[in-house]
Amino acid sequence: MSKAGSEGAGRLVRLAEIDRVPLRFFLDGSERRALTGDTVLSAVLSVAPALRRSEFGPEARAGFCLMGACQDCWIWQEDGPRLRACSTPLAEDMRLLSDAPGEWP
Amino acid sequence: MSQGAAPRVVIVGAGPAGIRAAETLVAGGLTPIVIDEGERAGGQIYRRPPQGFTRPPEALYGSEAPKAVALHQTFDAMAAAGRLVHHPRSSVVAIVDGRLQVLDGAGSRWISYDRLILATGAMDRVMPVPGWESAGVYGLGAMQIALKAQGAALGRRIVLAGSGPLLTLLAVQLLKAGGQVEAVLDTTPMRQQWRGFSGLAARPLFALRGLMMRQRLARLYQAGVTLDRIETDKRGPVAVLWRDADGKQQRTACDAVGLGWHLRAETRLADLAGCDFAYDETWRQWLPQADAMGRAGRGVYLAGDGLRILGADGAEVAGRLAAAACLRDLGLPAPDIAAERRRLVHLGRFARGVAAAFPWPAETAAKLPDETVVCRCEGVTAGELRRTVDFGGGEVNRVKSLGRAGMGRCQGRYCELAAAEIVAGCAGYHSAGEAGRLRGQAPVRPAPISALIQDAAAGG
Repeated sequence: MSKAGSEGAGRLVRLAEIDRVPLRFFLDGSERRALTGDTVLSAVLSVAPALRRSEFGPEARAGFCLMGACQDCWIWQEDGPRLRACSTPLAEDMRLLSDAPGEWP
Repeated sequence: MSQGAAPRVVIVGAGPAGIRAAETLVAGGLTPIVIDEGERAGGQIYRRPPQGFTRPPEALYGSEAPKAVALHQTFDAMAAAGRLVHHPRSSVVAIVDGRLQVLDGAGSRWISYDRLILATGAMDRVMPVPGWESAGVYGLGAMQIALKAQGAALGRRIVLAGSGPLLTLLAVQLLKAGGQVEAVLDTTPMRQQWRGFSGLAARPLFALRGLMMRQRLARLYQAGVTLDRIETDKRGPVAVLWRDADGKQQRTACDAVGLGWHLRAETRLADLAGCDFAYDETWRQWLPQADAMGRAGRGVYLAGDGLRILGADGAEVAGRLAAAACLRDLGLPAPDIAAERRRLVHLGRFARGVAAAFPWPAETAAKLPDETVVCRCEGVTAGELRRTVDFGGGEVNRVKSLGRAGMGRCQGRYCELAAAEIVAGCAGYHSAGEAGRLRGQAPVRPAPISALIQDAAAGG
């Protein structure tokens, strides 16, 4: 199964605050760059069009409310716990997954 | 309350209402505990970017910048002086017998209170549009947060649709920041907007500012539209299909869509705290009940948009009133609030005008095609909900049990109002209020199993 809309460039367009220190993270094993002060959501959407695949439909998901109410933006990490992407600041070398790890039922 | 110890007052939410409540309690000699999901106090409308961001307040908050700065400074000064205890990035997920279950990065713990002030705010009120489950469709509030807190637009070519003050405001803010807005589609006809004008006249400057913003959008802005469908591909939105006020079909190409019909109150914690609710026909939603000061009984006080959607100015006033009521009920000296009470009545009149001028398009729900996703969390469609009503009756909690709308990870926050309208349409009710109120359940936010296990092991 293809990763959640990982093809193509990002969805997010940076209009301001672009002179921030770059920050490295990993998405589906690939090294990516975002900026210090990004949330996990803004970091991932700056390089990919979506955060995850929907569990109940064919579409990808990229968050909806950005204020912790809709719970659409929970994203997988390589080491297990999922994160609410809109309210979690990006940390250096975070390893994120756009789909559930292989062993997840 | 233990003998001799200062009463423990907990405030949930650090937006305009929570901050002014905290300020009033501190002035009354208390040291409140403030629990908030944000990294920095301010709430959503006065949300602050992370430390180190450089845009000035005028760029972030426009004409409201002085109010935003005043709130932020008030809170930061109290926190720095140790006059309150701030728990940022913390979620209250349950309320049991005078105790709050709080989740933060470290796990779960319980915080007890003698009095509780809930200032939980509001969120976008959204009517489903076929295709809205796709990546790249957002609430209007989400698009404003991305712009304010991250300096970013959530697409290259954006269509904004819905109704309410935020629709126009966000369009102007995006354009000013260099974003590309393809269309601003208001589902409210102009004649309906003027009908709310007598209410809006209670704040002429505010209403005038709205009209001037509308002027700047010129031909981008369309009133009285019907939204037919968001056309999508694998990546996200491709176009919005809509009909103009004359019924002529239109197609606007885009790669992102913002949707919102004003706001709905965040009331899950008020529900768990045992507050009474009543269906409000103006706002077409269930709202918790409180007296004019915000007293909701059982030591609970409500303030801000989570009680009545009065906007940020109203929230500041309501926060002061709730805290003053709390001080008075504790037998402590409380400030004189006569002027604040008059101001709240005035703002309430204006808010009702806004609600009348930019109504929730309830009748749209009954017409949604069967294949339209209503519950975004679990992909439950309008047709599935309608079949549930045929089978189990027109009551929202039964519809939830049988059809899962409201059972998903957002707990119905984004489908509940539309689902209730669909149920009401099927059952032949005059008002969605007749379909009943979805009961809140703890945890009100998804909680990691590890936090709950840790909590059970600790005897929570």
